[in-house]
Amino acid sequence: MASHAELTARAPLVSGRPYKRKRDFQTRVLFPAPALFAIFLLLLFPTVYNVYMSFFNWYIANPPEFVGLGNYLQMFLRDERFWGSIGRTAYLTGITIPAEVILGTAIALLFGQRVMGGRVLRVLFILPMVATPVAMALVWTMILTPTGGILNHLLEQIGLAPSLWMTHPRTAIPSIALVDIWQWTPMITLIVLAGLESLPEEPFEAALIDGASPLQVFFKITLPLLRPSLAVAMMFRTIDSLKTFDLIYVMTQGGPGTSSETLNVYVYQKGFNYLHLGYSSALALVLLGLVFGTSLVLSHFRERSWRY
Amino acid sequence: MPSAAGPRWRRYVSRLGLSVLAWLTVGVFMSAFLWMVLTALKTQADNTAVPPVWIFTPTLENFRSVFAGKSFGRYLFNSLVVGMGSTILGLALGLPAAHSIARHRQRGLALAILFARMAPFMSYLVPWFILFRHVGLIDTYMGLTASHLVISVPLVVWLMIGFFEDIPQEIEEAAGIDGCSRVRCFLQICIPLSRNGVIATAVLTFLFSWNNFLFALILAGPKTETVPVAVYSFLSYEQIDWGGLAAAATIISFPALVFIFLIHKQIVRGLTFGSVKG
Repeated sequence: MASHAELTARAPLVSGRPYKRKRDFQTRVLFPAPALFAIFLLLLFPTVYNVYMSFFNWYIANPPEFVGLGNYLQMFLRDERFWGSIGRTAYLTGITIPAEVILGTAIALLFGQRVMGGRVLRVLFILPMVATPVAMALVWTMILTPTGGILNHLLEQIGLAPSLWMTHPRTAIPSIALVDIWQWTPMITLIVLAGLESLPEEPFEAALIDGASPLQVFFKITLPLLRPSLAVAMMFRTIDSLKTFDLIYVMTQGGPGTSSETLNVYVYQKGFNYLHLGYSSALALVLLGLVFGTSLVLSHFRERSWRY
Repeated sequence: MPSAAGPRWRRYVSRLGLSVLAWLTVGVFMSAFLWMVLTALKTQADNTAVPPVWIFTPTLENFRSVFAGKSFGRYLFNSLVVGMGSTILGLALGLPAAHSIARHRQRGLALAILFARMAPFMSYLVPWFILFRHVGLIDTYMGLTASHLVISVPLVVWLMIGFFEDIPQEIEEAAGIDGCSRVRCFLQICIPLSRNGVIATAVLTFLFSWNNFLFALILAGPKTETVPVAVYSFLSYEQIDWGGLAAAATIISFPALVFIFLIHKQIVRGLTFGSVKG
């Protein structure tokens, strides 16, 4: 930076330092200011307002009534639907993330080979994650319709039992998970592919010379080297999975009953269907806490894997 | 990874086998799109036939009825206005911020942006609803575009930090010696130099806005309803018009399809950025 200061000191009457500082102020403070202001106004302020609202009994029609921690006590001590929604959130994430990571990695390893038409394959493969989620949820609703849907028809053709999919409480979440896996496995594949391309050649050459089997190479070399990429991919996917909304809202609206209602959907229902705004705010803060708690835990895990 | 050594024909066979496997995998993933397009091209009678028909005379009737029946063109226009508005505003706000973070290594700011990307929409949606109603922004282009900034600003910043970091600082310093102000240098050197990045970022930002459902569900009304909300309302019909629904879904997915073929590389970089490097 010293050379920079010298170089910018052009005019003989003005010394370099103040000039530089003035210019730095411009790029350091004024450049990000509008973006930060927008985020403050649109995101930070409403979130703080949300905290404020969570202390009130706030129906849309009536004047808000201060209840202190009442909403939270109600939620944690008496609201079974809340605890149920937490469990279902964990259930959905517990199915989708491992499935996406394993499947996504396997597909990345396959695409990493010299496959014919690999370029076109990779382009097509990102389509599920960039196509409009609502439209995809509708298409899958169509495919999974129990009577007259194409998937049940195909299952019967090969002699398997048809399923009630999202219309039955037991299979509602697995059905949503199926679509989520279809949609987001490509994300893991992309990240792992990027990771694979940045791997050093030497360990693989050494393993080849030493006569290691492909399985040994995978578990002893590829997987450990991929761990940082996988950890980050998992972090982003887990956080997004906790926030799944479009899929569930379109496919089941949280039903049948509340059998596929995750915390995110419950917040929405409380706020915009029951218009119980204060309580919805309190629920939303639990979701926020859950998301940041998860990201802290996972980023800790990521730090450790970086040091590998 | 180097593949196992062996005679030439064996390597060829194994490459062929892997290729077939890869294409089958992608085929399974693509079958949902295939079924969507087939359904869109069938008549309602063909769509409700049991067992499903595979051979049929394709018709564009569903597409015609989608555009004729409801004010679908209007919804497309709304999505376009909000998408372009939030993309342009997002770039205007986000590009300088990204440049500043890249040049001054402002880790704190980068973290704040990441924070903004991770916070669930639900944690500020109820306050939004109240505040937007209070200031009369419900069912306005301005309100909806502003809401989409929550997606576009963090996205632009997050994606562009890497592109700006790739520009050698010396170029900007040299311009500074020649009397170029920081603002001019940013506008006339940095942005043109990272043109590809800006384009990819703009496209992704537009797509994210185009795809957004939740904000329009709450904040839009009859005047500003966007396509995802309009398409969703297909489900609420007494008897679901699968052909129309599939046609609408096909239309709404079209921009994504075009963009991934046009600028595939940049999109992949955009989607995976921050997960591979940062």
